[in-house]
Amino acid sequence: MKSVGLLVMPAGFFLTVAALVLFPDLTQRGVFVVAGLAVEALGLGAAIRGHMLARRENRL
Amino acid sequence: MTPMTPIAPAASLPMPETAFAVTLVLLLLAPLAIAGLALINTGLGRSRSAAQALLGNVAIVAVALLVFAIAGASLAGSLTGAGHAFHLAGKPWNWVGSAPLLLGGLRSAPGQAQLGLLFQFLAVALAAIIPWGSGADRLRLAAGCASAAILALILFPLASCWIWNGGWLAQLDVNFSLGAGFLDPGGAGVVHALGGLSALALVWIAGPRRGKFPREGLSTAMPGHHVVYVLFGSLVSLVGWLAWNAAGAILWLHAPLTALPMTAVNTALSASAALLGTLIVTRMRFGKPDASLCANGWLAGLVASSACAAIVTPGASIFIGLIAGIVTPLLVEVLELALSIDDPSGAITVHAVAGLWGLFAAGLFAPQRGQLLAQLVGIAALLGLVLPASYLFFAILNRTVPFRVDPDGERIGMDLHELGGGAYPEFVIHRDESYR
Repeated sequence: MKSVGLLVMPAGFFLTVAALVLFPDLTQRGVFVVAGLAVEALGLGAAIRGHMLARRENRL
Repeated sequence: MTPMTPIAPAASLPMPETAFAVTLVLLLLAPLAIAGLALINTGLGRSRSAAQALLGNVAIVAVALLVFAIAGASLAGSLTGAGHAFHLAGKPWNWVGSAPLLLGGLRSAPGQAQLGLLFQFLAVALAAIIPWGSGADRLRLAAGCASAAILALILFPLASCWIWNGGWLAQLDVNFSLGAGFLDPGGAGVVHALGGLSALALVWIAGPRRGKFPREGLSTAMPGHHVVYVLFGSLVSLVGWLAWNAAGAILWLHAPLTALPMTAVNTALSASAALLGTLIVTRMRFGKPDASLCANGWLAGLVASSACAAIVTPGASIFIGLIAGIVTPLLVEVLELALSIDDPSGAITVHAVAGLWGLFAAGLFAPQRGQLLAQLVGIAALLGLVLPASYLFFAILNRTVPFRVDPDGERIGMDLHELGGGAYPEFVIHRDESYR
């Protein structure tokens, strides 16, 4: 789960880059850049969740 | 005082001799930030690992400087600017430098390029010791040096090229009309976010200290062994940070010398507001102020100021520092108690989170249109690439140079295990049981 989360994070970055290339309008760009950051946050959340699950298993 | 309008970097501009001399003097003071951070890293670890911790800081600085001089500066394009670009949507995307290895061409480079190289030379050392503090009391010296080599060879040069040496993030203004391009004059992203995110990767791979998270109950408190080191390190860091932020403003924003007093004032204000924020929060949470968390808060204020001290007003600096100071103790607690992340120096919060907050705040308070979006794109690049890349590199490295010391070494302490002698031979060293 941690690895999946870490793999999702670059996807969010590429979404941000796509926003720069695809949208000349500042508002549309902004929305897509924020969406990219949200994807990164999801990836980070999944990685942290994976870490917590692994820690819990180690404790048991 | 009014906020300074950042000017897009233009390496070709000749630098007046006075500005050259002032920047050089500032850069010679900047290593005090490294010294302060080394003291903080050491003080927040345990007494039986103190000598190894401080030696590790020095060794990591040495490794990072050597690796950066041999190859890192070439990839960063420190002297020549970004050298390799691909074209996408009709725009050049400068992504890596192509300067000669071993600092070739340093003597004949323009003065400003030489100073820029010196700035990056010191910045890589500061970035490299940040993860070391998080791995305190269980990370082997060899592993610390090897991870610093990766940071100085790949991660830092790429970030440095993109942000300081005319790379695609610095060119966001020219190519996409976003403000003045991504702004990070003091290294909140290139140094602190990079170091802090690498610290998170390292902590995930190395795991927590033995006994930190017992099978039953909450995590075990393992307080730093020398809070005087920590607080003195915080004060020493202030001097380094004042110099660092002022030098960065001259080099990367082409600020006039008259803008430096405001940069210094903003740096100090941010740290002060952060300290007060942490002091109040810890007083409310625990009944008394927590000294080591207050030091962390102070440092978080300094880190946040790295991005914006040269750009924002004093009032904004106080706000930015206050937020950093309030968030720091709360997040340190969340990381430890809720997320099971053992970070003795608090580097993840202090450097990664405060650094990213500073970068965001720089966009929030900058006067140019599109600056906030430029900052968000830079934050996305740092967060989306640095953490996965450092985790990947460190995981591969861990297979060849194991990060973690064996259980026996951790029990007797890193000093005896790795160095054969302790930092405080005339004092009684507490065993793990004394923390219960």
